[in-house]
Amino acid sequence: MVYSVGFKDRVLETINGKKTRAFFLSLLIIIVVLLPLGVNNYVEEVMTNTFFYIILALGLNIVIGYAGLVDLGYAAFFAVGAYTTGILMRYGLNFWLTIPIAVIFCVIAGIIIGGPTLRLRSDYLAIVTLGFGEITRITARNLKITGGASGLVGIQRPTIFGHKLYQITDFYYTFFILVILAIIVSLRIYHSRLGRAWQYIREDEDAAEAMGIDPVKTKLYAYMIGAAFGGVAGAFFAVKMTAISPETFAFTQSAMILLAVILGGMGKIPGAILGAVFLVFFPEIFREIGQMRMLLFGILLVIIMVFRPQGLWPERKS
Amino acid sequence: MHAMTVFYTIIQQLVNGLILGSFYSLVALGYSMVYGIIKLLNFAHGDIYMVGAFVGFGALGIFGNALGIGWLGITVALVISMVLVGFLGIVIHRIAYQPLLNKNAPRMSLLITAVGVSFTLFNAVMVMTSGEYKAFTTSLGYDGISIGPINITYTQIIMVVATAVLMLGLYWFINRTMYGKAMRAIALDQDACRLMGINVTKTISLTFFVGSALAAAAGVMAGVYYGSIHFYMGFIIGLKAFTAAVIGGIGSIPGAMLGGLILGLLETAGTQLPFVGSAWKDVFTFGILILLLVTKPTGILGKSEIERM
Repeated sequence: MVYSVGFKDRVLETINGKKTRAFFLSLLIIIVVLLPLGVNNYVEEVMTNTFFYIILALGLNIVIGYAGLVDLGYAAFFAVGAYTTGILMRYGLNFWLTIPIAVIFCVIAGIIIGGPTLRLRSDYLAIVTLGFGEITRITARNLKITGGASGLVGIQRPTIFGHKLYQITDFYYTFFILVILAIIVSLRIYHSRLGRAWQYIREDEDAAEAMGIDPVKTKLYAYMIGAAFGGVAGAFFAVKMTAISPETFAFTQSAMILLAVILGGMGKIPGAILGAVFLVFFPEIFREIGQMRMLLFGILLVIIMVFRPQGLWPERKS
Repeated sequence: MHAMTVFYTIIQQLVNGLILGSFYSLVALGYSMVYGIIKLLNFAHGDIYMVGAFVGFGALGIFGNALGIGWLGITVALVISMVLVGFLGIVIHRIAYQPLLNKNAPRMSLLITAVGVSFTLFNAVMVMTSGEYKAFTTSLGYDGISIGPINITYTQIIMVVATAVLMLGLYWFINRTMYGKAMRAIALDQDACRLMGINVTKTISLTFFVGSALAAAAGVMAGVYYGSIHFYMGFIIGLKAFTAAVIGGIGSIPGAMLGGLILGLLETAGTQLPFVGSAWKDVFTFGILILLLVTKPTGILGKSEIERM
């Protein structure tokens, strides 16, 4: 090699250095904040959609990535959040007040689904979560209060400090703030006592149990927190779309969020974000191929798993 | 008179339940066999059933002119579908699952691969059929035996008999042939099998072949029975077949047969209950699954084992 010894290391050090990272991160944030000034509604819409999936991916990342649990019915939590907000607002409740209620309902749903099943092996869990997702969708379709098959329409737009959120730019910033909050919460949890317990359980459940970590309780927390993320995202989804229907929360939706987490690499926040970005951008860029893109997604998922079972950008194990 | 009506309804529903249960059993067998041998929940199994229905539909379209769309044509279509879809099972195993098994990848990666395969299959069929329902036209008609108001068509009788034949064949294959013995041995201890000179990968492929062929048979029969097929038909039945496999005890062959029949009967009974009805019948089934997993995860005929991932 013509480079001096350690050249590669020095380059890597510069790239991975704290200062460089902080610089690029702030640059990214500035670009995202200023973006609505220079682009049309379409780009803003796509970006808002991306933010939305980032929140969901980060939520599911807690369940799958941090705690190592399978969840194939994540859309159910997001549905519970969206329907709770939609229904309560119909009864005249203020949007901001419906958020905590939506979160509580989602957490309860997380407990209902997780409580009895977390003792089971993880592949059983996959089926139960899948079944739960279907139950939620069918229930929403059959109940009167959820508007049956046509769903809820005409959900009011929320106001904040007298400003009504109705333009796409409003939602762009709202969802951007939510993404920042979701990242902060994810980071804080990851480095907390609970986060460490999850990683421990994921790596070796028996050893974790021997060290005094209650696996069922700890796993249940993962479900509850993941569900809460879904609930918040769902509540905001309801007011952004102003209409929700049961088919929005079909298995495909759960599979897409799962794909975002897996694509990026389980357990890693930048990975989940990248996965979500890819997930939204891919179909937008390849609009012409239409339905083929879902087929490509399936094939892609298999290829990624076969060649990189830990995801594209997995968490580095020390 | 009223008591008689109730009695007739019960008999009629028993027949319906038996048919539904036959389909569930055939699909559940593949689930259970694959699970028993490599501990993989083959999520794509429901979609294999769906592909089976479409291959049978295509075969009937090609050979229907020459053989007619009666029993002869259907039997040929069934056999063709079983063989082709059986090979599809092998292809899926070799491409998607075996590389991961070789790497000793985490179980979660395997599971997600299976979800990917399922996604691929149903989207592929969706693109090919433009997401439309296809009418599975046959000339079987509705002739049958009538006892009072109960009507049992010959089609129904033949379906149940065909299922029974397939199951007996499988039972013989698993218990009486060398290949079956190899499968049972691999389920117990893979490494020991390798030392004894059993080709483990080949035997797993064979398991996929048999399981997929049975699912394909169920798919073709369901197409014939219900008269229409579409790309989404495998999703729900995949879930239900899994439920059936769990009811019987996953990994157990007689368990899958039994579980399928029980689930079929339970579900038809469920639709008759005033508070369930057909709108809630899937919720009813999943409710049973969750209840069962919580109370008796080993099922009726399953071995109890303590295992952690």
